[in-house]
Amino acid sequence: MDFSISEEQAMLVDSVAKFIDNDYDFETRQKIAASDAGFSADLWRTYAELGWTAVPFSEEDGGLGGGPVELMLMMEQFGRGLVVEPFLANIVLAGGVMRRLATADQKKKWLDPLIAGELHAALAFAEPQGRFDIANIATTARPDGQDYLLNGKKTLVLNGGAAELLVIPARTDGGQKDHSGITLFAIRGDAPGVTRNSFKMVDGHQGAEVSLTDVRVDGASILGEVGQGYETLHAVIGEATLAVSAEAVGIIRAMQDKTVEYVKNRVQFGVPIGSFQALQHRLVDTLMACEQSYSLLLWAAMTNAAGSDEAEKAISAIKYQIGTAAVHVAREAVQLHGGMGVTWELDIAHFFKRITSIELLFGNADYHLDRYAGLS
Amino acid sequence: MNVNLSAEELAFRDEVRKFFAEKYPADIRYKTDNGIELERDDYIRWQKILYQQGWAAINWPVEYGGTGWTAVQKYIFANEIAEANAPDMVAFGVKMVAPIIYTFGDDEQKKRFLPDILQSNVWWCQGYSEPGSGSDLASLKMRADRDGDHYIVNGTKTWTTLGHMADWIFCLVRTSSDVARRQEGISFLLIDMSTPGVSVKPIITIEGDREVNEVHFENVSVPVENLIGEEGKGWTYGKVLLQHERTNLAGTARSKFRMRRLKAKTTQSVHGAEPLMKDRNFARKFAATEIELKALEYTDLRTLAAVATGKAPGPESSILKIRGTEVAQAIDALYVEAAGYYSLPFVPSQYAVDFPLQDRIGAGSESRSSLRYFNNRKASIYGGSNEIQRNIVSKHVLGL
Repeated sequence: MDFSISEEQAMLVDSVAKFIDNDYDFETRQKIAASDAGFSADLWRTYAELGWTAVPFSEEDGGLGGGPVELMLMMEQFGRGLVVEPFLANIVLAGGVMRRLATADQKKKWLDPLIAGELHAALAFAEPQGRFDIANIATTARPDGQDYLLNGKKTLVLNGGAAELLVIPARTDGGQKDHSGITLFAIRGDAPGVTRNSFKMVDGHQGAEVSLTDVRVDGASILGEVGQGYETLHAVIGEATLAVSAEAVGIIRAMQDKTVEYVKNRVQFGVPIGSFQALQHRLVDTLMACEQSYSLLLWAAMTNAAGSDEAEKAISAIKYQIGTAAVHVAREAVQLHGGMGVTWELDIAHFFKRITSIELLFGNADYHLDRYAGLS
Repeated sequence: MNVNLSAEELAFRDEVRKFFAEKYPADIRYKTDNGIELERDDYIRWQKILYQQGWAAINWPVEYGGTGWTAVQKYIFANEIAEANAPDMVAFGVKMVAPIIYTFGDDEQKKRFLPDILQSNVWWCQGYSEPGSGSDLASLKMRADRDGDHYIVNGTKTWTTLGHMADWIFCLVRTSSDVARRQEGISFLLIDMSTPGVSVKPIITIEGDREVNEVHFENVSVPVENLIGEEGKGWTYGKVLLQHERTNLAGTARSKFRMRRLKAKTTQSVHGAEPLMKDRNFARKFAATEIELKALEYTDLRTLAAVATGKAPGPESSILKIRGTEVAQAIDALYVEAAGYYSLPFVPSQYAVDFPLQDRIGAGSESRSSLRYFNNRKASIYGGSNEIQRNIVSKHVLGL
């Protein structure tokens, strides 16, 4: 048994942590989030230069060969820094599909520039009627000669506005909720027939609604086998669930630390409010919630790194934990900051909003508790 | 023992319902139904309609223009105004400062201030909290130093809700530091916000709106006739007001309305999905919240019945504040869950009057649900935080 991280892993954490501490303070983050693009294209190139965008890809793909543990370590730091650059959308989601399915030609065309930070991409994993079920796909891909015609609507496409490449799961066969019959297409963001309605999200990230009207794609745009896309989609969303859970752990630990600091310094009734037992016990409870969340996160990262048969369950376990315990920590942090906790000016509010997003992303607590129960 | 309405009360309910159906302006209703912020003029126009009807000040004594309604009539009114999705009177004038003025003010002050409050000619805001004085309000530092027939006021008030719309502010100020108990040096002062030296700075809240402000006072000269009651008694007056504020915080009528709306939304298909209420998990959570709300409503009714027999609202009102805000926040969370991914787009521009509803991202006001959820985290913080309320219950109810 060994919970320590390797030297390479420590270097990775160190590199991200130093960046957050030195170059990504809250004011900088707020300026970036408020900009038109909503993220810094310059910093995104920096992330690539530092090798972060290469972490989860194999060495033969030009990556660093990292896995779930490396992903977890980075995402915790991104959480702490409230990073808005589209790492999840580009690297974990779109990159996750390409790493698993792209042919050598497709990798050269899309994955190389993605890792180099020169191409933005998105995976359209959600449809308006589907809620959290990634197999609930009404978008169709109809054969038309050598081509396919895509029709349908995708919602909450993370990084969908900036994406030059969209990965679109569409139905080539089967009923609306069937696992079989889903095919993954890579299309240009500005392809004829694609309409994007981009928006800022409440957490400062970027999303888009994407409508597809007779979008013509050729066979070379198919990722993997026709009708066999679900398995990959499922694996990628699992990895993304782990990633946002790690981000959430980074967030609640930061919120906990800041709240403890706040109650030590905020004086009312002539004493720091942290001297009140009513508040002390609540902060002990939130500390326990943070630690338990971190423990489940480690379980999820390790079982997934090892490919153990508990890997699936562990992902739903940590996401359930985030949807309950982490939400609790976030609410308490706001409450104990009093009025300041609900001001735009303070980072606590923005941590809270990101936790609210993560609470929903890839399935809320109920969804994952059901899933966990089904896997037992 | 029953909670049935009498024939007279039913007739009264119908009258109130008819009034809202006929007199609540359609353009304002369009806004409240579709998640669009009201402007200052909307509030004033609506409040003047209530005034014309004689229903602007339902809690005031009849002699000052109140309704003279029974507790049950007030309860009926609260339900109907919520059902109409019409805004309440903005609280600061009619519900907060006016009771202080007619209870502790002199005749001159009553004549000077009450009619303008009743007719919504003057917009009031509240100056209690300060940057260093939140839960510990009695530590407030804003000074009012006597200089002939004026006070010279210096200091800062914060969390001033709608202060940027207000004409006047009522403040707790420190008139003396040379007292045994710090509460004794506090006075209740009314200040015209157009007086030189008053400046209002916005505080942007978590959801991105300007709702609250910081109000700065620099050598603001306030005539002594704006002092309510006796110098040094402001704390006592203010406490009465705070207690009054607390009785208005359970918000059961609004919560009931929001639950009914949510039920309507979740029992039908949105975006072509299965009705969410068919999801057992959601249905159970909804039911649990409904049960909690029913309990709250009955607790509220019990308090109402006690008040009807002449008992003043006591520390029990803290229970209503605690549970009322907790239930409201639980409902906010249900709305977010119901909207799912559609609660995440942040698109304030689509909540403008001229923005076509069908072009919005999300059905109806879905993308507004998270903003309301964020904003309403304040409910367990303001009006005496729920921690302070628990202290009150523990001290005054349990005697601990």
